Amino acid sequence: MTKAKFYIPRDAAALGMGSADVEEALVLALRQRGIEADFAHTGSRGLYWLEPLIEVASPQGRIAYGPVAVGDIAGLLDAGMLDGKPHPLRIGDPEQIPFLKRQSRLTFARCGIVDRLDLDDYRAHGGWVGLEKALSLGPAATVDLVTKSGLRGRGGAGFPTGIKWKTVLDTPGAQKYICCNADEGDSGTYSDRMIMEGDPYTLIEGMAIAGVSVGATKGFVYIRSEYPHSIHVLRRAIDRARAAGILGAGILGSTFDFDLEIREGAGAYVCGEETSMLDSLEGKRGQVRAKPPLPAHKGLFGKPTIINNVVSLASVPWIMANGADAYMNFGQGRSRGTMPIQLAGNVKYPGLFETGFGLTLGEIVDEIGGGTKSGRAVRAVQVGGPLGAYFPRDLFDTPFDIEAFTAKGGLIGHGGVVVFDDRVDMARMARFAMEFCAVESCGKCTPCRVGSVRGMEVIDRIVNGDRREANAALLAELCDTMKFGSLCALGGFVPYPVMSALTHFPEDFGLAAKAA
Amino acid sequence: MPAYEPWNPARGAEIIAAEASQDGAALPILHALQRAFGHVPRDAVPMIAQVLNLSRAEIHGVVTFYHDFRHEPAGRHVVKLCRAESCQAMGADDLHRHAQDKLRVGWGETTTDGRVTLQAVYCLGLCACSPSAMIDGKVYGGLDNAKLDALIDGVRAA
Repeated sequence: MTKAKFYIPRDAAALGMGSADVEEALVLALRQRGIEADFAHTGSRGLYWLEPLIEVASPQGRIAYGPVAVGDIAGLLDAGMLDGKPHPLRIGDPEQIPFLKRQSRLTFARCGIVDRLDLDDYRAHGGWVGLEKALSLGPAATVDLVTKSGLRGRGGAGFPTGIKWKTVLDTPGAQKYICCNADEGDSGTYSDRMIMEGDPYTLIEGMAIAGVSVGATKGFVYIRSEYPHSIHVLRRAIDRARAAGILGAGILGSTFDFDLEIREGAGAYVCGEETSMLDSLEGKRGQVRAKPPLPAHKGLFGKPTIINNVVSLASVPWIMANGADAYMNFGQGRSRGTMPIQLAGNVKYPGLFETGFGLTLGEIVDEIGGGTKSGRAVRAVQVGGPLGAYFPRDLFDTPFDIEAFTAKGGLIGHGGVVVFDDRVDMARMARFAMEFCAVESCGKCTPCRVGSVRGMEVIDRIVNGDRREANAALLAELCDTMKFGSLCALGGFVPYPVMSALTHFPEDFGLAAKAA
Repeated sequence: MPAYEPWNPARGAEIIAAEASQDGAALPILHALQRAFGHVPRDAVPMIAQVLNLSRAEIHGVVTFYHDFRHEPAGRHVVKLCRAESCQAMGADDLHRHAQDKLRVGWGETTTDGRVTLQAVYCLGLCACSPSAMIDGKVYGGLDNAKLDALIDGVRAA
């Protein structure tokens, strides 16, 4: 009999739902039955309501079962799981799951499919083609291709990636750096984590392409300490890539040198702000730097530095391999390509949905997300992390597009969509935004450091019925000061959740609803 | 449960020296010390300052800036509960009140028997499986009162 083969997701969220325990039980049960099996450790496909989603290589191809609990193993094997036979937990061909089928998986094409640390598997699924192309094109043409693709930073700011790279390319310097921002601190987001834990070579390839394109020989990945699994997987991936000659001197047999190092954060949200991250990498307090100088001119240790988010860098290999036009064909307006939308909070189908820009918020929440998990009405949706605006149902026709969200007083940020049902107290959420800002402020600028504390106090006064109208006006004024007076996006963007809550849900603050 | 070494200056110096040669060495040094001793002993601060040619105030500033570094050891087990928006949307506030009542501690506090430290964390990236927690480095999603009770009882008994 041929060996059985299983695919087990080892992404942190799959582990959090028990995938390691399920694997252990499966190994034991197979041994008792005298069945030999191989186990591939994958990332998650991003369909988290089905985790742990266990796949088996059956005569009909890969067949998925989920969500599998330890107690289901015996029954699954009895039912003929190895041959992909029916069982109440049988999902079937995972590619046919509507949630997955509707997506355009470019950046996440391999995530949840490949054995995440297997270099042969990576190459067999199109790996290193982008890097080889960059090596053959050379720096200027590579930067040009990335610029033409229309790729904009996926970390939240949406700055054109190619223009950033061009600036570093054109800045003379004996030493340049590529810094990957993997300080994914926004609640409701987990796409960086999924890449690092599910397809780490894609990130390595993207960073190597960036290095080749501007002549940087060294890269750092700054990963938050809340992501120990990402650190573990990426560290092993870097070691293997180096051993295979993909990192180090003369990458892939070329004349370019590039190597990578991981640095662990230490629990400071503000270090996701790029200049604060640079200070942290330099071993300092993670305080925000005033710009200029731009990091592209004077970045890490004062050298020209590219700073990009994980997803931005991980999108580059696909762009290099398939061309700028192919990427431009996705998306709309000035938001080109695909965005990994991350559904979270109180939602029936939480998971990662990579698609071209342009779906409406309503389609994302109601159709793709299936509404709330609790079955109650959706009342508010926070898009773009803790510094993103709360959108009421009235704004569900807003297309998921950087400019369209800006026009409605919001932001898409890093692509997190957190759904709340009708039990949410929006005054409480507004206060929480201020509290979070106070806890995480780096303390360098006054609007953020002091404004956040005053903000909590003013919201308390409004909620307690102390001169509500006057204090609401004061809160608006305070938010204005924070928005325009803060040094970075922490203090500068906290007005988004606060003011959107106040504007769209005044009744939660004890204020009269605005006339329509 | 993680086992930590008792503080020993010679061992501390060895750990500091092993990390000191890299660029921007302060955070790697502090992480290495905390991994070994469970905290960053106050006595280590002047040692780091000397090796990196920085002032004690600068190192103190770094240690106190980051939420992760602690000068005092935590309890034997560390329970981190996510307080961020996604977990709140799934009822984390009630879950946290329950955990605080059960352990009779507030955020950042350790139970009187020294066994459990309760910490707030702002996002573990498990937002598709809210509410979530990290207990002694292991992650858990889809929690409710009963599940969290079982996990806490499990580590307390260990």
